[in-house]
Amino acid sequence: MSAEVRRLTLPLTDATVQALHAGDEVLLTGTLITGRDRACAHLHRLLADGEALPVDLADQLLYFVGPAPAPPGMAIGSAGPTTSARMNPFMPALLEAGLRGMIGKGFIGEEVKRALERRPAVYFGAVGGTGALLAQTITSTEVLAFPELRGEAVFRLELAAFPAVVLHDSHGGDLYERTYGSVAAAGQAGVAHNE
Amino acid sequence: MRTLHTDRISETVAELCLQANRSLNPDMRQALRAAGDAERSPLAARTLDRILENADVAERASLPMCQDTGLVVVFAEVGQSLLLEGTSLQEAVDGGVRAAYTSGHLRASVSADPLDRGNSGDNTPAVVHASVVPGDGLRLRLLAKGGGCENMSDFRMLTPFQGTQGVADFVVETAERAGPNACPPMVVGVGVGGSFEQSALLAKRSLLREVGAASAVAHAAELERDILDRLNASGIGPQGYGGATTALAVHVELAACHVASLPVSVNIECHAHRHKEVAL
Repeated sequence: MSAEVRRLTLPLTDATVQALHAGDEVLLTGTLITGRDRACAHLHRLLADGEALPVDLADQLLYFVGPAPAPPGMAIGSAGPTTSARMNPFMPALLEAGLRGMIGKGFIGEEVKRALERRPAVYFGAVGGTGALLAQTITSTEVLAFPELRGEAVFRLELAAFPAVVLHDSHGGDLYERTYGSVAAAGQAGVAHNE
Repeated sequence: MRTLHTDRISETVAELCLQANRSLNPDMRQALRAAGDAERSPLAARTLDRILENADVAERASLPMCQDTGLVVVFAEVGQSLLLEGTSLQEAVDGGVRAAYTSGHLRASVSADPLDRGNSGDNTPAVVHASVVPGDGLRLRLLAKGGGCENMSDFRMLTPFQGTQGVADFVVETAERAGPNACPPMVVGVGVGGSFEQSALLAKRSLLREVGAASAVAHAAELERDILDRLNASGIGPQGYGGATTALAVHVELAACHVASLPVSVNIECHAHRHKEVAL
């Protein structure tokens, strides 16, 4: 691993978030929360209804993951990122409610990007399909909300040097746009169209 | 006539599910290693290294490579002189899937009903495509297909005059639009011709070919090379982080079709590409 990888402690502060730029490689240590399709939809509905949330979003990173069951002796099973775009409809409200960003893979919507910049917050990518490797950097888990969703519940995870890359920063920088420009723009249009 | 008890099928399917999820095939390892050696972008090279390291960890720790342990798709080639004793083929396959996913720490990733979204709890049912072939053997070819890449797959009815160029353009457009959502570097399965449903099956089945082995049909092989070159020139790279490795292989399968039609299906596969096969 190269020397320019930055070690960050969670939860992230405003200053740390603003110092991050698209393409930065980081190692994350500390706690975050998880959620994917159904958990994000539940949280979004509770916010829309003005009800109390079962989990505090303030300054938390949200990791889009539905881990595999933990084998004996491990804190968690394979636990890589799922496709972020499916959570687009929920993210502006969840960011406004206090999140400092999320970890996932793939494109995010324009509305989500603008919400990241307003907050400010950051979108990290982890390498999709490397759940076995990423699980080695997760040292403990605890269910925080929606246990009935099993693997899709909201967990608190404790990370030790979890590798990630900044995909969209709080200043509008976007790794995908930079690496393949017009192809990325077409892709995002396509993803939006598919939803 | 040879007789085979379906318990054998269940046991075999269970073993194939575990192996497919935990052990990356040698052809994929080789393709990833070669791509990493050729990458000039340090982030792309590191990303490919991580993918290979992940495969090592998964194998060593008996963990699935990816938490999305997939929807199981089985192509069963059943000899017409083989008598299956026991349950139905579907039940036999599902029995194997159930055993592997509940005891092997694999994630249950199947919604029993596509609209109410309740989880079936044991990753069943599998998708079974059976064909009857000469002989008394049984060949099981199994894929554990991830959702992220499957979601980026697509189908289009082209007109016959759009021809080879039209096919290439549609495949490139589909794979580029998939980009990072499909966990590149990808394997791109393409079905050209056939009927509406046959086209999709061709695309899926093409994924079972050894990665990078060219089509035996000269103009299909040329189409494969053309699409692969265009995808790897796109700059998308591993995980969309930029680089020269967007796809490891493009597999094109052809079938006869109606004079009015040119159906094209694109089935995208991620770098975990979990498939195993066995003959019983």
